[in-house]
Amino acid sequence: MTTEARKPHAIDINVLNRAEKPGRDKFDTCISVRDLNLFYGSKQALHNVSMEMPRKKVTAYIGPSGCGKSTLLRCINRMNDLVDGVSIQGKLLLDGEDIYDKNVNVAALRRRVGMVFQKPNPFPKSIYENVAYGLRIQGINDRRVLDEIVEKSLRGAALWDEAKDRLNDNALGMSGGQQQRLVIARAIAIEPEVILLDEPASALDPISTLKIEELIDELKEKYTIVIVTHNMQQAARVSDYTAFMYMGELIEFGETSELFTNPAKKQTEDYITGRYG
Amino acid sequence: MTAGAVSINLLLVVGLLLLIAIRGLGHFWPADILEYQYRDQDGRNSVIIGEEVDESLLHEAQAREAGFEVLNGAEYLHKYLVKTGNRDILGSDFRWILDQYIREKSTPDDLIAVERREWGNFYGRLLAVKQNGETIATGEQAWPVAGEKLAKALDLFDEIDRLQNKDVGAVNYNLERLRLKQRALELKNQWDDAKSREFAAQKQAYEEQYKVIQTQLSQLNREIKTYSIVVSEAGGREINIPLNRVVKLTRPNAMSVLDKAVEYVKNFKAFITEDPREANTEGGIFPAIFGTVLMVMLMAVVVTPFGVIAAVYLREYAKQGFITRIIRIAVNNLAGVPSIVYGVFGLGFFVYIIGGNIDRIFFPEAAPAPVFGTPGLLWASLTLALLTLPVVIVATEEGLSRIPKSIREGSLALGATKAETLWRTVLPMASPAIMTGLILAVARAAGEVAPLMLVGVVKLAPTLPLDGNFPYLHLDRKFMHLGFHIYDVGFQSPNVEAARPLVYATSLLLVMVIVGLNMFAIAVRNNLREKYRALEN
Repeated sequence: MTTEARKPHAIDINVLNRAEKPGRDKFDTCISVRDLNLFYGSKQALHNVSMEMPRKKVTAYIGPSGCGKSTLLRCINRMNDLVDGVSIQGKLLLDGEDIYDKNVNVAALRRRVGMVFQKPNPFPKSIYENVAYGLRIQGINDRRVLDEIVEKSLRGAALWDEAKDRLNDNALGMSGGQQQRLVIARAIAIEPEVILLDEPASALDPISTLKIEELIDELKEKYTIVIVTHNMQQAARVSDYTAFMYMGELIEFGETSELFTNPAKKQTEDYITGRYG
Repeated sequence: MTAGAVSINLLLVVGLLLLIAIRGLGHFWPADILEYQYRDQDGRNSVIIGEEVDESLLHEAQAREAGFEVLNGAEYLHKYLVKTGNRDILGSDFRWILDQYIREKSTPDDLIAVERREWGNFYGRLLAVKQNGETIATGEQAWPVAGEKLAKALDLFDEIDRLQNKDVGAVNYNLERLRLKQRALELKNQWDDAKSREFAAQKQAYEEQYKVIQTQLSQLNREIKTYSIVVSEAGGREINIPLNRVVKLTRPNAMSVLDKAVEYVKNFKAFITEDPREANTEGGIFPAIFGTVLMVMLMAVVVTPFGVIAAVYLREYAKQGFITRIIRIAVNNLAGVPSIVYGVFGLGFFVYIIGGNIDRIFFPEAAPAPVFGTPGLLWASLTLALLTLPVVIVATEEGLSRIPKSIREGSLALGATKAETLWRTVLPMASPAIMTGLILAVARAAGEVAPLMLVGVVKLAPTLPLDGNFPYLHLDRKFMHLGFHIYDVGFQSPNVEAARPLVYATSLLLVMVIVGLNMFAIAVRNNLREKYRALEN
């Protein structure tokens, strides 16, 4: 298997070619997945997935429940390592380095690839300590530095105005939408390159969802974002590229506008027009 | 149904506590002293002075069988148990008397109770106060003078006690350490003339100190023997009691309720702050309270890290499979092993094997006297830690399993390692569960007696395990324990009747200590719970 970036792979879709079509944006690859197969025990959850995700853009994964989109997302920061009996074949390159290499420090990788989960999961600590958590793990305990980064991160997550007067209150006293933005602030406090969002708005009300979507739009100026969503309108609203997955396989990947208006595959069309899934 | 069962249980618990409380706390109330004009069966008249402590009925048939005549044709004879005190004169403290022979019963104000350091209480009348054999006060004046002189004598006694226990104790302790050091050097063949001179000089210095203290002591001892009181007992005999043998003088019949209340508080305070006297049947139980609390605290200090580490390993690190299942079963079964078995194990393993080896390796100079190779505080704490380990492990595992996966993932996703996640997030969140385990452990350990009898508890410990001599906490010392104290006073005492209220009072204290320790732990836990109430949502 070659490691050269643009070489087409033995897959039945022209995912990569589409991005290379003349006249399109130069595609600056941040994450590239090469023939990834993932097994939970003997059950295969991902089949030969290959794709390239652009830097400082939003890539959305869509597809019916159980299609493997969350599994693929969790491969990017090796969260699947925590599952018993999981085995992974193939490569996943972050800036050209294989993150499944034996010598990779997983904790260091996760500092580069932040993640926000479906349900807000703030720690039962103060708002301040939640944001400072990742920094303290890195041994940063200087109050001045922490103050500065906490403020910056909360501003970055559009939470500063709501939280600045209650930084020492328990984070669990916040509303669900605020908690989710706090978790995003916590993730950006350690300045990752990539932020993974696993259905970040599915547990939230429409107004909170809107705020999160606006936030994603702002965040993509600085971070590469990968988002899993089962809400196609959301994918269409926030993402630049979209991948449609079905039964553990990547069916189609391309620019969001194109994929939604002019899908190359029948399966994709069926799904986005609501015929199944 | 369940509500009924719960209520019955609660009633039983409250009832039991009430019984213990009433029986135990009543002991400290200064009882009236009664004077009986008594004519016994043979027609002899006598005077009996004492406290009425109990009464019961005797069926006339039984009475006849016992050789009593029954007057007035009554079906039951009323009899009273009177604490007559004066054991040195009468031979025993208590006496049953029959109501039918009592001609007169009164409570004259001038009756006094003398609490003595030996021979129990004395009841009678104060006649005079003497100084060096000369009478200095008689009649009405005697009482205030006696009180004044007693206060002085008690001060002197405290001073003597302090000198003997602290200062002489320190000198003895230092001399013993010196001897051990010398012995150690001899064993290592490093004992030479220079050392010999140096040690002799030090020894000399300590002996000088000792002589100074000794002079002070004999001075004080002479002083304290100056005063004595002359009292008359019920039979009219006059007795001289030196004031250095007296703990307290009271005239309960002349006291108002308020006076009695003050006296009650004083008595209770003395009970929980003083050392026991007279084979534990008199005086306080402070060393037992101290020993119990200290032992339980040491136990908690030992059991928490071991239990938590074991639980963390089992739950977080070990591969879940056959072996971990076996270990879990073993841990659970450990909780069901009878406690005396732990005692035997502690004696065999901790005391003889570990303690014996520690002595051989670190304290060869003390041989043949054991240091750690004998039952003591450390081994008792370790034995109880072992006994309560399963509770802590099970509770901690339970707590760890309740921490949501999302919280762990949140921490890991921020670049924390597994250990950092455990230490910074999971363990703090599991701390209420750990505290619950500790509460159960403390409750069990504080009430446990049987294993302790083998690994360190004694009837009377001459010194507390914590004192002013380096290294301050003496883990090798034997200690007293409330539970064992109850057993000892209640069932091994030469004077069961006198000790009975003490058994109740000590039981109450034990319950209070356990409740206190638990309340403390529960308060800590609730505080933690409040802090980490994440788990509910």
